[in-house]
Amino acid sequence: MAEKSSVFDMIGPVMIGPSSSHTAGVVRIARVAFKLLGGKPDVADITFYNSFASTYEGHGSDRAIIAGLLDFKTDDKRIKDSLTLARQEGVQYHFKSVGNASTLHPNTIRLNLQKGDKKVEVLGESRGGGIINIAEVDGFKADFSANLHTLIITAEDKKGSIAFIADVLAHDDCNIATMSVSRKGKNDVACQVIEMDSGLKPVTLEYLRSLSWIKAVIYIPDIDR
Amino acid sequence: MAFLFESFEGWKEYCIKHQRTLEQVVLEYEQQQKGRTPEETLSGLQKAWDVMKDAVHTGLEEDMTSRSGMINNGAKKVYRYPKPVLSKEFQQLISRALAAKEVNSCMGRVVAAPTAGASGIMPGVLYTLQEIHHLGDKKIIDAMLVAAGIALIMEQKASISGAVGGCQAETGTAAAMGAGAIVFCLDGNIDQVFNAVAITVQCMLGLVCDPVAGLVEVPCVVRNASAAAIANSSAQIALADVSSVIPVDEVIEAMGEIGASMETRYKETALGGLAATKTGKAIAKKVLIHDIEILPNEENTSA
Repeated sequence: MAEKSSVFDMIGPVMIGPSSSHTAGVVRIARVAFKLLGGKPDVADITFYNSFASTYEGHGSDRAIIAGLLDFKTDDKRIKDSLTLARQEGVQYHFKSVGNASTLHPNTIRLNLQKGDKKVEVLGESRGGGIINIAEVDGFKADFSANLHTLIITAEDKKGSIAFIADVLAHDDCNIATMSVSRKGKNDVACQVIEMDSGLKPVTLEYLRSLSWIKAVIYIPDIDR
Repeated sequence: MAFLFESFEGWKEYCIKHQRTLEQVVLEYEQQQKGRTPEETLSGLQKAWDVMKDAVHTGLEEDMTSRSGMINNGAKKVYRYPKPVLSKEFQQLISRALAAKEVNSCMGRVVAAPTAGASGIMPGVLYTLQEIHHLGDKKIIDAMLVAAGIALIMEQKASISGAVGGCQAETGTAAAMGAGAIVFCLDGNIDQVFNAVAITVQCMLGLVCDPVAGLVEVPCVVRNASAAAIANSSAQIALADVSSVIPVDEVIEAMGEIGASMETRYKETALGGLAATKTGKAIAKKVLIHDIEILPNEENTSA
């Protein structure tokens, strides 16, 4: 059974036009990328695929993606002027269109972001109605919607790490909704993407970050807050 | 267990059996399914209503020119035109629906109701209704609850997405929400509210989604105005107790059946109808991006 819709799916969301998949969804993908990078990028290379490739300008998806990279929310009236605002803030951006990428969702965007020494690559899909799927982060399969509270942990690929982390989350009274695990290779680096029904306490995040075998912990609470 | 909005007949039966009003059942649903208290739901709808009113004002006051140039301050022209076709109120209804939808096309703030492409209909209808009948916001918010219930059923029985069911699914659902809200506010009974939905959908059946250049502009903007008009004509008919003959649930099922059998080129793909006309294609050529790197087919395995 599909999840039941809300009153606010029928009258809502409050959003910037013209289209939930071309503006709201795109802003949300970029806000996830902003969180993953830990701030606004110095340089952003953005590739629009397939259906997005020809229509992104007419639908204002270019302004939507830059707005998200400036951490604007989906109902922020400044989205319309985001290109100007980004230039004022020194964000360099480039857009590219790629068609016929048949293995990708029709509305896919790839973001290659750089801030100082830090680089992040995100592959996001806008699936309609403002709903998104973050398909990949830095080449790792991710598949999260950012509707719930998301935890992305990069750690050594070793026995018991999944059970250990799940146990830590359970101690913070946190229910896991979805989880995906992928790795570069055996005993190499692994990435765990965990979606949770409720948020985590700062102390839980601090504890996870303090562990020697955990390389990085990124926490993204409900993206629309 | 709250009512799950699977049919209009079920909604009515639930109201009678549990002695509830239409809007109370929607509030209970939101609480049980989504964990929102009635206070949270009501304040969320008040916010949506404020955004709708703001969109009407913005569209009538600020410059509304879309990037393609196809939308160019039409609402203001209609609002200020000295000769009303029917009445001042009708002229206002049409220009308000146009205004809110133009705001959407020009990257302004709107409420998707049920979708962004139909975001002018509820503002146009409710704004005008409130003004003519001197209604308080409380009544409008209750009517929005009823409208949301209508849309919940239409989403399940048919669709509210142009890509799935054509334009009838988007502007048709919005018009049905508007018609139901009007009859509810003017003290119609449950049958009359549902009849207004049935009559509205009967008038919107078969409408295809054929946006020029794939943009949410032409014909979307003018269809928001016509849908607002149909919501009012249907409400006028339903209030007088004129029957839709075909019951509302069956009408919505017909909409679902038509949507399912509609060809893909009429479902937001910009391949048929107005989008495929000579002028439509010429506009698409002008506004779309052509500098696209096309991947060769054999290298597509690892994108």
